[in-house]
Amino acid sequence: MKPRPLILRRGVDLFIRALSLLSALVGIAFLVWILWDVAARGLAAMDWNFFTKRTGPFSIPETGMANAIVGTFYITLLATLIGVPVGLLGGIYLSEFGRNHPVSAVVRFLSNTLMGTPSILIGVFIYAAIVLPMGGFSGLAGGVALAIIMLPVVARTTEDMLALVPNELRESALALGAPSWKMILQIVFRAARAGLITGCLLAVARVSGETAPLLFTAFNNSHFTFFEAKGPMNFLYDLSQPTGNLTVTIFQYAMSPYERWKEQAWAASLLITGAVLVLSVVARILFSGGHTRRA
Amino acid sequence: MENRSSKARVNIADLAFRILAAICAVSIIAVMVAIALQLFAGSTLSMSEFGWRFLIDRSWNPVTGQFGAASSIYGTLVSTLIAMILAAPMALIIALFLVELSHPVLARIVGGAIELLAAIPSIIYGMWGLFVLAPIMQRSVEPWLQSLLGDIPIIRALFEGPPMGIGMLTAGIILALMILPFITAVTRDVLNMVPGVLKEAAHGFGATMWEVTRIVSIPYGIRGIVGAMFLGLGRAIGETMAVTFVIGNSHRISASLFEGGNSIASAIALEFGEAMNDPVFRSVLIELGLILFLITVIFQIVAQLWLVSLKKQGHR
Amino acid sequence: MHEEKPQETVLQHRIEVPPDRGAKVEDFGSLPSKIVVRNLDFFYGRQQVLFDNAIEIKKNRITAIIGPSGCGKSTHIRVYNRIYELYRDQRATGEVMMDGENLLAPGRDLIKLRKRVGMIFQKPTPFPMSIFENVAYGLRLHYAVSRRELIDRVEEALKDAALWEEVRDDLGKSGLALSGGQQQRLCIARAIAVEPDVILMDEPASALDPAATSKIEDLMSSLREKYTIVLVTHNMQQAARVSDYTAFFYQGRIVEFGPTRQIFTKPTEKQTEDYITGRFG
Repeated sequence: MKPRPLILRRGVDLFIRALSLLSALVGIAFLVWILWDVAARGLAAMDWNFFTKRTGPFSIPETGMANAIVGTFYITLLATLIGVPVGLLGGIYLSEFGRNHPVSAVVRFLSNTLMGTPSILIGVFIYAAIVLPMGGFSGLAGGVALAIIMLPVVARTTEDMLALVPNELRESALALGAPSWKMILQIVFRAARAGLITGCLLAVARVSGETAPLLFTAFNNSHFTFFEAKGPMNFLYDLSQPTGNLTVTIFQYAMSPYERWKEQAWAASLLITGAVLVLSVVARILFSGGHTRRA
Repeated sequence: MENRSSKARVNIADLAFRILAAICAVSIIAVMVAIALQLFAGSTLSMSEFGWRFLIDRSWNPVTGQFGAASSIYGTLVSTLIAMILAAPMALIIALFLVELSHPVLARIVGGAIELLAAIPSIIYGMWGLFVLAPIMQRSVEPWLQSLLGDIPIIRALFEGPPMGIGMLTAGIILALMILPFITAVTRDVLNMVPGVLKEAAHGFGATMWEVTRIVSIPYGIRGIVGAMFLGLGRAIGETMAVTFVIGNSHRISASLFEGGNSIASAIALEFGEAMNDPVFRSVLIELGLILFLITVIFQIVAQLWLVSLKKQGHR
Repeated sequence: MHEEKPQETVLQHRIEVPPDRGAKVEDFGSLPSKIVVRNLDFFYGRQQVLFDNAIEIKKNRITAIIGPSGCGKSTHIRVYNRIYELYRDQRATGEVMMDGENLLAPGRDLIKLRKRVGMIFQKPTPFPMSIFENVAYGLRLHYAVSRRELIDRVEEALKDAALWEEVRDDLGKSGLALSGGQQQRLCIARAIAVEPDVILMDEPASALDPAATSKIEDLMSSLREKYTIVLVTHNMQQAARVSDYTAFFYQGRIVEFGPTRQIFTKPTEKQTEDYITGRFG
């Protein structure tokens, strides 16, 4: 038997090693490059106006994205208020009540499918389901669309985190005479707290950067749309109207022929990217052990 | 101390909670069904107007009302294919780096960077693609490709035409960047699952790192790796914003990758605004959405069944 | 008729039953029974794991259940508070009479039952809350209690569980920050705070070091006055030290049951003798 030349084997090994190091560096390089561009171009265009003035037609020289920032905040808030509770309760069902029930298998499968569904289709769905019947675009429609995107992510993460809680803890609470719902909400939830919060934060981070679902639901609005009212209601956004938001504005500005608008689009990109990354990093620090579901 | 909680009250609370949780879980089923039904309902006009020919019709003229899905389907498939060709091997090899080669601390840093890449919203990739990558493609990369491969018969057809920066190739590259972190992370997890004892046994025979990977790790984890590729593919197919910025919005099918095109998602994103007042146009776009939905769902079914058969084998 | 057993002397050397411990054989009939079990079968899905169990748990005494691993000891006591109902495919049939009522009857209020039957697990299970909150949890569940009274009862429970002196200065500390032995005593305090009739202990000391173990054993002896205790243990010396009555389980059946002294010195079944002398298990 002729031995295979060691030099050849070592050579191939070395080549692969070099290639993989190179690839990793290339991957990092792209990340740094993209973040650098976003930061540099974004900062250059960020000024006081950006945060205080509202969007408007190009003819107005001083515009900003104040209303878009507020709008994104409120739309994301609505999405969170709908998506998180429903997702948490759904995850509780999957983990605590119906773990081996065939319905749960269907729910899990469809959750994964929903997570893989292109977000633009969810926008189209909401357009038909809410915008058309309502007769117009609304922040409400946008919020619901984002909530639908959040829902399966929160539900599956909740299920995973609750499943990590050891059964003895459940049994201890039951053995003291606690009813199931108290056992789940007071004991199991508390034990899984860190992971649950992380899951929710990551879900919020994911939807706050979404554009496609808002394109024909919340659409856009160059005005602030607070409630016209005296008192505390004045601080709430009237989401029954088309609502300005950062991501759609970025889209519109980037596609426009105006340099000034394109620069502002970068500033908005920086803002969104910063917010998403901060949320993601905070979430990971909170729960540095183990895996969170890859949305 | 008075005794509280009568038996009846507590049982009702338990039952109510259980029902509430069940409703929330089932709502996911309801949403999926509703989406499917809406998409279907919205497509009926277009389906009755164009029938099955719609799938292979290359025309696209909102003014005369001639529509066909061919260019969108073609664009979706081609951009996804380019993305997979670029991303899959790279993801595998970066995962290899993370698992076998790098210092554990470095692996965590690089791994963290990969996760950060995955978190960046797709519109940012679109922005970067349009304003940074596209000019570079136009000025440097595409001319270079043309000079390198422009004389090889057949292949040269892929690189014909004036370099515009925007087009199928750029879209494919941006898509590759988008799905790379995801596939890398999943592949890394799969490779991490290979039992240390197996690798040690192979090393004990005097195999090089690559040989151990080739002979032990990859075969052991092949099903998981394929699953990762599936999932990445699924994502690439439906990706909207990153592609929309750089694919060019043209409804022509051409062999050259330098040419513009469109994907189903980008067509919907760019043209839905126009279509809103034209019932036929609108229905056409919704039918495109339905096609995309069906492709995605079938993909998910295949991918999930694959992963389930993986679990049965004892892998994860 | 029994042959003369030279092993008798051997048995007495191997396991010491303290002279003041272990009920007298004659007393058995006269002491009140807290729990009377008849014809108890238990199933995991289609597999039967307990066969026709019959036993009488005497009030205010410690009954130990011993046997090799996997013989059904834990499964048996988990029937007493029906904790197995958390799992879908587990089922019990038969009679478990406590104070004249069959615990296994379908309409039984599980919450009331579990208030009367407390449980301590092998691995200490403090809730992710402060020491005070841990002990107060059960009280808050079942009673509307004023803050003042809550504080008093928590202190009383911690004292009865021999933990008060060690934690009195820092009741706000997380229960998880205590040592293993302290955590287990916290769980005991938590259980006795609701004043159960029966306390089930499933290998309570097996995860603890010897010092902590002996504290738990002393605690068990003192708790006997107020509570009926059923103890599952794989440690025969522990059973002999601590319990009044002992049941020997093997492969889902109760092979022998009687006063501890009798089981460990003059067992009537060969299987019992084999187990006690270490021939298997």
